[in-house]
Amino acid sequence: MRDIRKARFGLVAALVALAAAACTSGGSPTSNANSNAPQTITWWHNGTAAPLLGIWQQVANDYHAAHPNVTIKVDPIQNEQFTTKVPLALQSNDPPDIFQQWGGGQEATQLQSGKLANLGQFVSPWIGELGKAAQAWQVNGQQYGIPYDLHVVGFWYRKDLFAKAGITTPPTTIPELESDNAKLKAHGIAPIGLGGQAQWPDAFWWEYFAVRECSTSVIQQGMTASNMSAPCFSKATKDLTAFLATNPFEPGFNAVEAQSSPTSSAGMLANGKVAMELQGDWEPGEAKGDTTDKSIDSKLGWFAFPAVPGGQGDPSSVLGGGDGWSCTTGAAEPACAQFLQYIDSTEVQKQLVTQASIGLPANPAAESAITSPAVKAAAQAHDTAAYVAVYFDQALPTNPGLALDAAIANFFAGKGSNSAIINSVSSSSGH
Amino acid sequence: MARTESTRNRGPGGLAAGPEIISGPAAAGAPPKQRSARRKRIELAILLGPPLILFIGFVFVPMIFAIWYSLYNWNGYGPLSDFIGLQNYQGVLTGPVFHQALLHNIIIAVLSVVIQLPISIGLALLLNRRMRGQTALRLAVFTPYVLSQATSAVMWSMLLSHGGPVDSLLKSAGLAALIHFWLASTSLVLYTLFFVVTWQFIGFGIVLLLAGLQGIPPELREAAAIDGATAWQVTRRIMLPLLGPTIRIWIFLAVIGSLQLFDIVWIMTLGGPANASQTMLTYLYFNGAERTQFGYGATVSVVLFIISFVFALAYQRYALRRDTAGALTRAVG
Repeated sequence: MRDIRKARFGLVAALVALAAAACTSGGSPTSNANSNAPQTITWWHNGTAAPLLGIWQQVANDYHAAHPNVTIKVDPIQNEQFTTKVPLALQSNDPPDIFQQWGGGQEATQLQSGKLANLGQFVSPWIGELGKAAQAWQVNGQQYGIPYDLHVVGFWYRKDLFAKAGITTPPTTIPELESDNAKLKAHGIAPIGLGGQAQWPDAFWWEYFAVRECSTSVIQQGMTASNMSAPCFSKATKDLTAFLATNPFEPGFNAVEAQSSPTSSAGMLANGKVAMELQGDWEPGEAKGDTTDKSIDSKLGWFAFPAVPGGQGDPSSVLGGGDGWSCTTGAAEPACAQFLQYIDSTEVQKQLVTQASIGLPANPAAESAITSPAVKAAAQAHDTAAYVAVYFDQALPTNPGLALDAAIANFFAGKGSNSAIINSVSSSSGH
Repeated sequence: MARTESTRNRGPGGLAAGPEIISGPAAAGAPPKQRSARRKRIELAILLGPPLILFIGFVFVPMIFAIWYSLYNWNGYGPLSDFIGLQNYQGVLTGPVFHQALLHNIIIAVLSVVIQLPISIGLALLLNRRMRGQTALRLAVFTPYVLSQATSAVMWSMLLSHGGPVDSLLKSAGLAALIHFWLASTSLVLYTLFFVVTWQFIGFGIVLLLAGLQGIPPELREAAAIDGATAWQVTRRIMLPLLGPTIRIWIFLAVIGSLQLFDIVWIMTLGGPANASQTMLTYLYFNGAERTQFGYGATVSVVLFIISFVFALAYQRYALRRDTAGALTRAVG
């Protein structure tokens, strides 16, 4: 899940972690590379709540049962703490052997510590099973991370509310979306929910307009060079301006959280207060937690971000990302890589889909375990996409990535400008 | 016994009489004096040592590190190699968002003194009277302070959500015109947060002032009443002046607290929308920790430290001087 975004509740703990990280025992193995010598692998993951908490423990136990010489010390860590704990751990001589890795620019930044293991030689026999998706965990063509699940952003909508407004098929172009919004409004339904407080949901909108306006190569170049001076990015701002002028979002969206409460945008969708939301595939899981409506799953449908007339981007391209792992350098590298192979095995991947609702498994062979038609539609859009653009704030290094989110959020709040968005990634003047 | 003797010799002069003892004829000879002096040193070492070590280890040394980091462009990974001198300071001090954040801190501090203080004094005077349900009322005003800031922030962000309980209440009271975007409006959000901060901390101020009021001898009030002073005169001429030291301490705590405002703001708004509720600490956390610009973040912390330190020193020097000198009665006379 994309819990990294919930940078709120664990905050006090995160500050404590600054001090605590220095004292944390990483428990690096002392053994040599001999594969039969007893080894202890420390594993930092962000599944601090059920069901993931139990599943990861089970995965570690099962692996230990099959490989008695490898003991896995599971260390669940509050998601928001990764921001501060990982840099500190990678500075120390005792980092965890495996830790949560979201890939992209953040991974490239972490690589500067010299502590990320290049897993290429260990995973080359099987990484091909994951397909192109694993590329998002590469830096300079080298595999420094391995995904365990994938994400795709699209529209989650209430089939009941669409029917009420007389909308029979989901929109496929932006003008269609705008006219559907008008129909929903005419029936007293707020069309689209937006959790603007967290900034990144705002960014999804601008990024999707950019993915529709810019060709794949322009997006790729923009991300690699942290440069968005290509005219199509400014066109995205123009599209967004026109779309915002139609007032498609719930009132006061600037202060609405994205997740974790009935008053969040996910909660609004779950409780029928809005008809749709542009969100990742974690939305059904979030929605379930924010409502008492047991049948919410069957009420949700999915459609892709509509085409923008005249755009250079392929209309099948999607915005997405995923969760994965990195191993740190040292004696445990081979064992670490082997354990990651186990996590990506069809068996474990299916377990993650059915028990943890992870959305899309990293291993496509496990996709058959998806039962929800809406999630299936999202998975299919992901698999058939001409290009999967990683969320820009993740594809870019952390600093410009978050500066971009902030500049877009300011724009949504009526305090920004196109030049502020474009310049946010290329200068640090976004402070 | 040397111990009792030296203790007795000190008499009412206390510590100030120390040197006299050593040179005085009453002392029973060199060895006991030395023993007493050594004992005192050991006492001091035992009592002051641990806190001093903690202070140095967890306050002083990190401060030095922060100053050191602030001179580098450092994202937390790899060695400190990119020395950039005072460039971070230039960035912070000329940054428009930092100016906004600083202004917000100042607004909160001024509002605290102008609004929270009179309310606290009024309620403290009220609760100081003998009346029915006094304990229950005191408990009620103090309760919010007991809650953690995170709890009240989550609670208020739900209460204040658009169309939420507060809006519904206003509507059913026929005050629908008062409904606003409490947290979504860039011009209102800071004042909404000030309201929540006030709700949370007013109990602390009241309890502090109540304690101050308890320390005022009732005889003074009674004597004034016998002399024909009205209730207002008693309050104005006797209670408030005698409450002076407590009020000055409260202002000090309130201003420092305002400068360090973080938890409630971060949880309720993350400093937004569009930086409209950014404080220096939310700015520090976002730009330092979240954007992994640890050198820049350290710079903000040094600037914040200097601001707080200068204020604290100036306030001690000019406002708290009389209080710390123990000149309570002179202040009244």
